[in-house]
Amino acid sequence: MLKPFDVMLVGVGGQGTLLATKVLSKAAQKKGYDIKVSEIKGMAQRGGSVVSQLRLAEEVNSPLITETGADVILSFEKLEALRWLSYLKPEGTVIINNQEIAPVPVLIGVAEYPGGILEYIKRKVHNSEVIDALDMAVECGNPRTANVVLLGVLAKHMPIERETWEQALEEVVPNKFLEVNQKAFAAGYNL
Amino acid sequence: MKELMSGNAAIARGAYEAGVKVGVGYPGTPSTETLEIFSKYPDIYAQWSPNEKVALEVGIGASVGGSKVLVTMKHVGVNVAADPLFTLSYTGVNGGLVLLSADDPSMHSSQNEQDNRYYALMAKIPCLEPSDSQEAKDMVASALELSEQFDTPVMLRTTTRVNHSQTMVETTDRQELANKEYIKNPKKYVMTPANARGRRVHVEERLQKLQQYSENSILNKIHWDDTKIGVITSGISYHYVREVLPQASVLKLGMTNPLPAKLIQDFASKVSTLIVVEELDPFLETQIKAMGLAVHGKDMLPNIGELNPRIVAQSFKDNNIEVNEKYHNNEVNLPDADAPTIPPRPPVLCAGCPHRAAFHVLRELNLTVTGDIGCYTLGSLPPLTSMDTCVCMGASVGMAHGMALANPANKDRTVAVIGDSTFLHSGVTGLMDIVYNGGSATVLILDNRTTAMTGHQEHPATGKTLMGEPANEVDLEGLVKSLGVKRVQVVDPIDITKFEQIVKEETAAQEPSVIIARRPCALLNKEPQQPVTLDVNMCMGCRLCLNLGCPAISEKDGVVTLNAIHCNGCELCISVCSQGAIMKGGQNNA
Ligand SMILES: Cc1ncc(C[n+]2csc(CCOP(=O)(O)OP(=O)(O)O)c2C)c(N)n1
Repeated sequence: MLKPFDVMLVGVGGQGTLLATKVLSKAAQKKGYDIKVSEIKGMAQRGGSVVSQLRLAEEVNSPLITETGADVILSFEKLEALRWLSYLKPEGTVIINNQEIAPVPVLIGVAEYPGGILEYIKRKVHNSEVIDALDMAVECGNPRTANVVLLGVLAKHMPIERETWEQALEEVVPNKFLEVNQKAFAAGYNL
Repeated sequence: MKELMSGNAAIARGAYEAGVKVGVGYPGTPSTETLEIFSKYPDIYAQWSPNEKVALEVGIGASVGGSKVLVTMKHVGVNVAADPLFTLSYTGVNGGLVLLSADDPSMHSSQNEQDNRYYALMAKIPCLEPSDSQEAKDMVASALELSEQFDTPVMLRTTTRVNHSQTMVETTDRQELANKEYIKNPKKYVMTPANARGRRVHVEERLQKLQQYSENSILNKIHWDDTKIGVITSGISYHYVREVLPQASVLKLGMTNPLPAKLIQDFASKVSTLIVVEELDPFLETQIKAMGLAVHGKDMLPNIGELNPRIVAQSFKDNNIEVNEKYHNNEVNLPDADAPTIPPRPPVLCAGCPHRAAFHVLRELNLTVTGDIGCYTLGSLPPLTSMDTCVCMGASVGMAHGMALANPANKDRTVAVIGDSTFLHSGVTGLMDIVYNGGSATVLILDNRTTAMTGHQEHPATGKTLMGEPANEVDLEGLVKSLGVKRVQVVDPIDITKFEQIVKEETAAQEPSVIIARRPCALLNKEPQQPVTLDVNMCMGCRLCLNLGCPAISEKDGVVTLNAIHCNGCELCISVCSQGAIMKGGQNNA
């Protein structure tokens, strides 16, 4: 019996959530899960918030995760972690990339990027992890692999073996970029 | 082989496997990828048409000509294609024809919410509703069979969650079928009143036969369990019901027009409480009530927006019906009152977007802008805030004329703003109307050489087809001149001084005029552009650059920063800077 698992990937258009979603769904399939993925990406290219929901079980009904339903939320950006926090199970885990991307109301000075997000989440959520994925990706050789660093961190929290993840990565990522992405995944996984 | 596929990919696959030879449509979220994916299969033909009406008409021709056809569009596209659709119901088909109507409950990317099942009811054609990708694929084949067997077009009605969710699909090989022969048959295909009266009877007889068919069709399935609660549902709602009420008996309707009345009555007679769970309008519920059955539906569930398991669970709980344990106690506690305030993250025009320059000038001139639909509708949001109306594709042009009719003084203050794809879709006739009826409106065509909004589809003025072949490029200047517009100017909007001058001239002119603001979408140019540089010592904090709403320009604690990674090098900010503090190229970027 495969353990049912609901994951959300949230972030900002252009952060690579779609690739991460692909690798994750590939890994889940390899593990033998039935899987449903729901993405609203209409405005992904226009800097709006993007969300992927992945539901894993022997048999999945609804493709949607609703409030208090997610086992893990992997947030590519701080503010988005806060925005989607209501979707986390009380005993769930939130993994947060320690990066700020200001939305337009903040850029033009009509709203403020709130301070104290991480402190708030740490206070209210039992299981939270903050990752400097961008720095780690730069160390691996390419800032664009921050998404895969985060995926490495997520992998540890999921009932799927490391080899399966690595195979999935190999199948999804183009050869040219595979090595740096493998490094990035390992960096996240070994953290 | 099993594959994870979106509903759209599955529909494309289903059409391919079932031997569809011709695919035609107009882009529109959530339907767009269907035709894009279909176009990549071998031994098929696929095309974008300028609008949905033309797309369906091409589809009808291909069907009459003998091939199986897939026609794709979003829900509002069916409004545009409704005229041919209602008479296609009379003529029927030769090769099977499936019309994909992709509805968008909750308006993720649409200007309205409409329940297109009513189109099937009104046009008296079958409607199939898949609940996941496997069904979406299978139902294309069923729809084509029904279409040919009953001589009718068939609507495949999906919703965003079905189009865009990915679920597992079993694929098979393509069925290679010969085209049917075209046989001349005016009584069937020439809908003069005399012939149409004959076909009108066929439509009613067909509906009766379809109704009989639906009584025994495997498209409608019953999941028997506890009979205290019996749920009738269709589409994505089926999965919400199974999740929330795993013990209930469920009648899942895959075919929602015409309804299997006996099956429904039989199901109803075996359960204590009958409830319809459907998104949007009480389409099933109203008809089931008309069968004389006692049924709950919209007295429990909302008729606005998407459903989800939570909403369904809550309405059952409110009515003292036992739900899945998982939904017993799911109060939302976070984020609570202590949480920092969360600013919204609305979509924005990209860095380097030519639309930004245009709206900056329209804002400076404080013009009334009758707007239209496309990426440029984002020009209605702060800080550009320079669009006054947006109704449907093409409406900007007619509305500018109407504004001037209401009050001639509006004329010099009003400009219609419309994208290139939208102008070709349905702006041309509006402009013809202005010229014909002696109007003098100014139409600004934002010609970014693509259909950007829906993901950069080709259109008749881009010089390329959906299948990647070179094509004729509509000459927009020549086109509008041929309609009788004498004042036509072409300008790159990033040259804001010149652009502003032209807008002033044309709005002042006492005759119809067209300005073509031509500059390719910033995302079309994949070459890295040289970012601009801000000399922070020269910046006096006037905020004029911030007021462009460019995602590459930000301010923190009074200090303006240009982000070199996001900057596209369009240099619009150089033109607006009051201090000359921003320069081409350079190394000073933060
Ligand atoms: C009848 C109808 N069909 C399709 C759509 C979806 N849609 C909205 S705008 C648009 C085209 C936008 O292209 P363009 O006018 O060139 O503007 P751009 O996005 O490139 O700025 C489409 C396909 C719609 N809203 N209504």
